[in-house]
Amino acid sequence: MNTHTMLEIQDLKVQFPINIGTVRAVDGVSMNLTRGEVMGLVGESGCGKSTLGFSILRLLRPPGMIVEGKILFHDRDIVKMSKRELLSLRGVKIAMIFQDPLTSLNPLFSIGDHFVETLSTHEKGISRKTALERAERMLESLGIAPERLNEYPHQMSGGMRQRIMIGLGLIMNPDLLIADEPTTALDVIVEAQFLDLLNDLRKKFDLTIILITHNLGNVAQLADRITVMYGGTIAEVGPAQSIFDAPLHPYTQGLLASIPTIKLDQPKLHTMPGSPPDLVNPPFGCVFHPRCPSVMDICTQQRPLTFLKNSHLVSCWLYR
Amino acid sequence: MAEDLIRVVNLKMHFPLQKGLLANLFTQEKRYVRAVDGVSFSIRKGEVLGLVGESGSGKTTTGRLILRLLAPTAGEVLYKDRSIYSYSKKDMEKLREKMQVIFQDPYASLSPRMSIGKAISHPLRIHGLADKRGAQVKTLSIMEKVGLSPASFLYRKYPHQLSGGQRQRVVIARALVTSPDFVVADEPIAMADVSVRAMILELMIELKHEFDLTYLFITHDLATCKYICDHVAIMYLGKLVEIGPLNEVFKHPVHPYTATLLDAVPVPDPKYRRTHPMPKGEIPSPINPPAGCSFHPRCPIAEPRCQTIEPALVEVGQEHRVACLVKVRAGAV
Repeated sequence: MNTHTMLEIQDLKVQFPINIGTVRAVDGVSMNLTRGEVMGLVGESGCGKSTLGFSILRLLRPPGMIVEGKILFHDRDIVKMSKRELLSLRGVKIAMIFQDPLTSLNPLFSIGDHFVETLSTHEKGISRKTALERAERMLESLGIAPERLNEYPHQMSGGMRQRIMIGLGLIMNPDLLIADEPTTALDVIVEAQFLDLLNDLRKKFDLTIILITHNLGNVAQLADRITVMYGGTIAEVGPAQSIFDAPLHPYTQGLLASIPTIKLDQPKLHTMPGSPPDLVNPPFGCVFHPRCPSVMDICTQQRPLTFLKNSHLVSCWLYR
Repeated sequence: MAEDLIRVVNLKMHFPLQKGLLANLFTQEKRYVRAVDGVSFSIRKGEVLGLVGESGSGKTTTGRLILRLLAPTAGEVLYKDRSIYSYSKKDMEKLREKMQVIFQDPYASLSPRMSIGKAISHPLRIHGLADKRGAQVKTLSIMEKVGLSPASFLYRKYPHQLSGGQRQRVVIARALVTSPDFVVADEPIAMADVSVRAMILELMIELKHEFDLTYLFITHDLATCKYICDHVAIMYLGKLVEIGPLNEVFKHPVHPYTATLLDAVPVPDPKYRRTHPMPKGEIPSPINPPAGCSFHPRCPIAEPRCQTIEPALVEVGQEHRVACLVKVRAGAV
């Protein structure tokens, strides 16, 4: 393992056994994350991106379980960690923020209470006063007036709540932040504000971030590298600029062409035929082959290997 | 030029605020949420008007008022020059065949206990437009038209057996089965995945030509408007701030809020940098909207007079109207 590698996932498989079969939500995913980088994890609903995020913190809800693979965080395998070890990991070394800040905050707790609870859980014996002082400093870097510590979640706007969530995530100074669709519940302008804030915080706190989103436009401004997932597998990984300029996987190409932009010279939106795969009975061979415009015989028979081309890792037989 | 199919005149919807018993006993003053506060526009036959705004801007309420799903506080909605609020209950039912709606969440819009075929043919039966056999024939034909094929196979399926994209097609088929000429589409693609969105939009455009439809397309996403709308209206806190032909508004946005919205659309290019900083804060509460121009607290070019004088929509170009004191009077257009 490279000394700068913070997180390395090796051949991870996550399954949900249900009454009609087994959902292969994550089906053999490997990736690594270097200290200080922002990784955009992109895909449509059901592609396994959130499941992957939850697996890193071992927060999968039953019946979901990791059936194979390793998640090495600073060389220690999270998959094998005990409950006690996990408690000292979650929220301390790795923090996670979710899509809907209102369901993540307790309506009966003031904002200050939330910070006090988080701090006293992880730092035994910290006084309420010290905790609140630290919360105040955090609010300052989030651009929120310290008086608002006395307010309750319902008194805040959606964008403000999401800032509080990120503040709670960062208060323990974690190494890694997993942000799962943090802006999906926000309006466009507030979304743009939040992404700007995330960019500032990243420098200030020297953060490594996994930004999970279905919106490729969102990650463009922030991510250093982008991982595109499809049907529980990784289709393509590469440097952000190059993913946007010269995508290799036919799915990445289709996804990029489907993004609505305001440029008037692109009058028609690209349509991808078909719909995402059924992960109980995924298509044989390459999971994308039923929708792929460049499908070949081999795609229906063998799962694609991963090839290195133009500094992208691409799982597609076209690049054999 | 085609005639106006829909005309909205100074439409207002003020929802009274619920108060506690004590507050009711001791105060006379009633408070209102001014969801829609004096909106006027028209939609020509065969045209698509995009109604764009953030959550809480009143765009959905406007859509509901136009369908008479709500009774307005004031104002008129004219369908083919006749006020829809003047219709009797019975006539209104008849009119509903011609004015249909597509909602955001196809799962919530379909009964889980009703098969697809039954759901789509239901409006025909309600309106007495066809007998059992006729309804089935019509349903199968519209299912093929919206891409629910093979129709005879899907006819007996239930909503949970379909994908999200297929469910939205069912909702569209159900809206079109009575041969309407006006459809309100309220965020029809907001719940769909990127690759499915494009398909639904394309389908809506195709159907519009085939059935000679007129749409009110409600969305929070300016970028999707480009693909389907002829005109756009930008709404902020219950009022229109700018309305005009799509190309005009996109190329030369005049209102600072429109410019901000356009600027906030994520650009899929890491090299791109936004030209203006985003305004601070969020859309204020419509209970106590700011006096004067309601955008002034967030506006980068606000002047003192914007706090007191409410701007009216002023013509700045062909069919292009803007409500902004600074931009319009400065002749900056």
